[in-house]
Amino acid sequence: MRIQNTFGRSLVAVRNWPFFTDLIIGACGIATFFSLLQVGSYWLARPTPAVPISHSIRALPLYAFYSVVRIGIAYLLSLIFAVGYGYIAAYNRRVEAWMIAVLDILQSIPVLSFLPGVMLGMMALVPGHQLGIEMGSILLIFTGQVWNMAFSFYSSLKSIPREMIEASRIYRYSAWQRFWQLELPYSAIGLIWNSIVSVAGGWFALIACEMFPLGNRFFRLPGLGSYLQTAASTSPVDMHALLWGLAVLVLIIVATDQLIWRPLIAWSDKFKFEQVESATRVTSPMLTLLQRSSFLRRLPARALSGMEESIYRRLSVTRACRVVQPVDDDRRGGQMLQIGLGIFAGLLAIWGAYEGFRMMQAISWADVRLLLMGAGATFLRVNVTLALAAAWTIPVGVTIGFHPRLARILQPITQVVASVPATALFPVLLLALIRLGGGLGIGSIALMLLGTQWYILFNVIAGAMAIPSDLKEAATLYRFSRWQRWTTLILPGIFPYLITGLVTASGGAWNASIFAEYYHIQHRTLQTLGLGAQISAATDAGRFPMLVLATVLMALMVVTVNRLVWRRLYRLAETRYKLEG
Amino acid sequence: MQEAGIQNGTSLSQPDAIIRAEAIEKYYAQPSENRIQVIAATDLSIVPGEIVALLGPSGSGKSTMLRMLTGLSLPSAGRVYWHGRPISEAEINVSIVFQSFALFPWLTVLENVEAPLKARGVPPAERHERSMRMLDTVGLDGFEAAYPKELSGGMRQRVGFARALVVEPEVLFMDEPFSALDVLTAENLRSELLELWAKKTMPTKAVFLVTHNIEEAVLLADRIIVLGRNPGHIRTDFKVQLPQPRDRKSEPFTQLVDYIYKVLTRPDVAPTGAPDQQAGPRVRDQRQMRYQMLPHARPGGVAGLLELLLDKGGRDDIYRLADDLAFEIDDLLPIVDAAQLLGFLTIEEGDAAITDSGAEFANSEILRQKELFRDAAVENVLLLRQIRRALEAKSDHTVPEEFFLDMIDEQFSEEESQRQMETAITWGRYAELFDFDAGRRRFVMPDALEEEIAASEDAK
Repeated sequence: MRIQNTFGRSLVAVRNWPFFTDLIIGACGIATFFSLLQVGSYWLARPTPAVPISHSIRALPLYAFYSVVRIGIAYLLSLIFAVGYGYIAAYNRRVEAWMIAVLDILQSIPVLSFLPGVMLGMMALVPGHQLGIEMGSILLIFTGQVWNMAFSFYSSLKSIPREMIEASRIYRYSAWQRFWQLELPYSAIGLIWNSIVSVAGGWFALIACEMFPLGNRFFRLPGLGSYLQTAASTSPVDMHALLWGLAVLVLIIVATDQLIWRPLIAWSDKFKFEQVESATRVTSPMLTLLQRSSFLRRLPARALSGMEESIYRRLSVTRACRVVQPVDDDRRGGQMLQIGLGIFAGLLAIWGAYEGFRMMQAISWADVRLLLMGAGATFLRVNVTLALAAAWTIPVGVTIGFHPRLARILQPITQVVASVPATALFPVLLLALIRLGGGLGIGSIALMLLGTQWYILFNVIAGAMAIPSDLKEAATLYRFSRWQRWTTLILPGIFPYLITGLVTASGGAWNASIFAEYYHIQHRTLQTLGLGAQISAATDAGRFPMLVLATVLMALMVVTVNRLVWRRLYRLAETRYKLEG
Repeated sequence: MQEAGIQNGTSLSQPDAIIRAEAIEKYYAQPSENRIQVIAATDLSIVPGEIVALLGPSGSGKSTMLRMLTGLSLPSAGRVYWHGRPISEAEINVSIVFQSFALFPWLTVLENVEAPLKARGVPPAERHERSMRMLDTVGLDGFEAAYPKELSGGMRQRVGFARALVVEPEVLFMDEPFSALDVLTAENLRSELLELWAKKTMPTKAVFLVTHNIEEAVLLADRIIVLGRNPGHIRTDFKVQLPQPRDRKSEPFTQLVDYIYKVLTRPDVAPTGAPDQQAGPRVRDQRQMRYQMLPHARPGGVAGLLELLLDKGGRDDIYRLADDLAFEIDDLLPIVDAAQLLGFLTIEEGDAAITDSGAEFANSEILRQKELFRDAAVENVLLLRQIRRALEAKSDHTVPEEFFLDMIDEQFSEEESQRQMETAITWGRYAELFDFDAGRRRFVMPDALEEEIAASEDAK
């Protein structure tokens, strides 16, 4: 045997690390087992809608754990749903347009509007167990996560190069093999980036849906969201507990980023569909560590290969693996599915119309007027929020983007700040506002700002960094005035990024309005005129006709604004203001 | 003496055809009732023992034809049979080598080659063994753990070949397999393919090659099918009986290339029989000549290079020249090529040597330079000569650009045709061979010359 490493030290390093990693992974396995036990016993217990929440910091880890489990399960469900939905939409030409339209509409419905329906439905489905309430809150988080992931998977599938698909057909891949070797790898990067966005959205929904009144009932699940809200609601405010809660939240978010997302991004580098290897890549020490673990390296090979082989052997005798399937064959199948779906959609529409009609009888003209006024107020508020956010983020973002050293220091900090869900910070900000004597009319704008400004800031920074330096030099060389610099270089340069940021922020602001315009704190209910407030109030009072009408109105406004304004600006950004590299 | 090479339609009725297409058509339905016909009803068979090349201008449906023959695309009408059974029911065994390679970038070289075997349920040990053997055959041993993006284009296409051959296909289809590679790599791979085929290293019984490269078809094929367009149809189908290995410079080879070229450039004339593929005197017919690839260089650059070369005593190393000029060698080469094409310099063992006409050019003042350039261009550049002749022949002394584009785009890709035309215009304008009206996209005879011609006609 030839010894390649002459230095003993390097031999040790290579050998010992995997051992430690293995130990840690083993411990993690045991921890998982016990957590499953804990969750199971809690879920199968009798339902207690309003679990008393302890203020003790010692209770925090358990609460945090419950919240993380909720997010985790909701995320897994979202992933499965997104893949299934995207797959069906992409491969059934007859239902494709329908499914995408449905996705578009669902995406513009604010998450919190789903709350009563989902909760009541789930509790009816699983009576007698805590599981019902839990499933309700998980499903709600799911609705906050799933849509963009489904969109991402669908559009990835649609953009697979033609020759790759033909290769998989001519070599007679089964659907199974095609999924694992072509479709999933091809869409992996998009799915991962969207997962990050989705989980952030999940935290937003989670904090809101762990503790809420619904009609004459009050729900409170053990979790980080309840802990934060309870701490803020006691009088005097339990500042100590509130800050600890926030710290734990930030810790979880940072840990998720470091332990899950960064390794995933680094690993997904191999799925980049590129012909040459790119120079810059994300690195993750965590991934390197995991890849060194000999236990993990051996595990999949041993356990999975046997199973995998038998699947492939069995599939190889099916029709798909013996006959070349035409790529452009759309004659077979689909027809029955389409007719079925058509009938289903028709029945659903009739039923919806009937219910809608019945519901409308419960709504007076005064209600409608209130709703319309609310819609106007919220529309105004959303736009003021966007304008305010743009006003401060554009100069700051450009400054950061133009100074790489500043960007290196500030970017991680802002990322952490931004990742704290706005719903968690609301109580803190609101308490400050109350102390200052401000009402919710202005306060709600501040709250919406809190949740949405980051999208704009990040995009502006990215846009400013993407402006080629030769253009900047040209501007300096020709002694552009400050005004000229902004109008001819910076604003057009960041325009596409700014639009992306504004679109996301606009969606976020509408979503946040439900929370920001109506708030329970310290046994008081603060509210102001607005569509979001109507939705929250209707949820509280159990006035479902009102809730549905307000939600439809909001979805309609979001969709209309998207179609009329944002989509056009997008096209403008793509055609006129695109800086080709 | 062998009999003449033309045997139109010989294989249609052969009973042992592996793949037989009967009156296959392809059209796309349009919302407005009328449909776009891509391929007219066509019969075609692939029989064992031959390499078939499918040639045709872009838009003639070559790729569509290949996809219908492999079962990847459903014919709108007509049927395809695999050993007499409808292709949609038969367990066909074919492979395709793709123009873009179509490798899976997230799988290693070995996993890419193993994947088709996996689909067929081959057990792991055998899979591994067969794949390794195939990688060895195509010259990729040692690269099995690499990812495709770590390889060069040529090596990637080798992986493509290994993946295609590992399933031991009865028919190997290739869709412009060499067109994404540089010239040398393509040449290399072509000869290796021929070697595999000749030595029967692969169990493949027939090869079907789609290409737009005439020389490639003549170099490889036993049978050539030329497609015409609007809609796609077979113009001619003949056997190539030149012995392998074929010499590009031999008389029969160039004659066959010229013949195919003629068929392709005259879409409205029914093709005559293919030429007798035996050696014989070659007629130098201008219409049979092929367009040279014009290097994309400016006349001013050529003049500058020649002047520099003259300063250096008329001869210098090309790389040193690039160095002196602080040029990238890639930027200098087109200029050197252009000067060589015009007969102003010759290349000997990496040295550029100025010729007499080149020296005269370099020593002259600008108007004389233009004259010399004009003479050299008319003498050496077919396209410029043709433009000039056309202008002289027409009574109004103008010709649309389209006319020449149509001729050269049989030989170059669409994009390259455009660039060729641009270069030709630059050169012609400089030499005052013609003017170009960019608004109307027409060539016009310069005024001065028009008067000159009128004068000379009067003199007669």
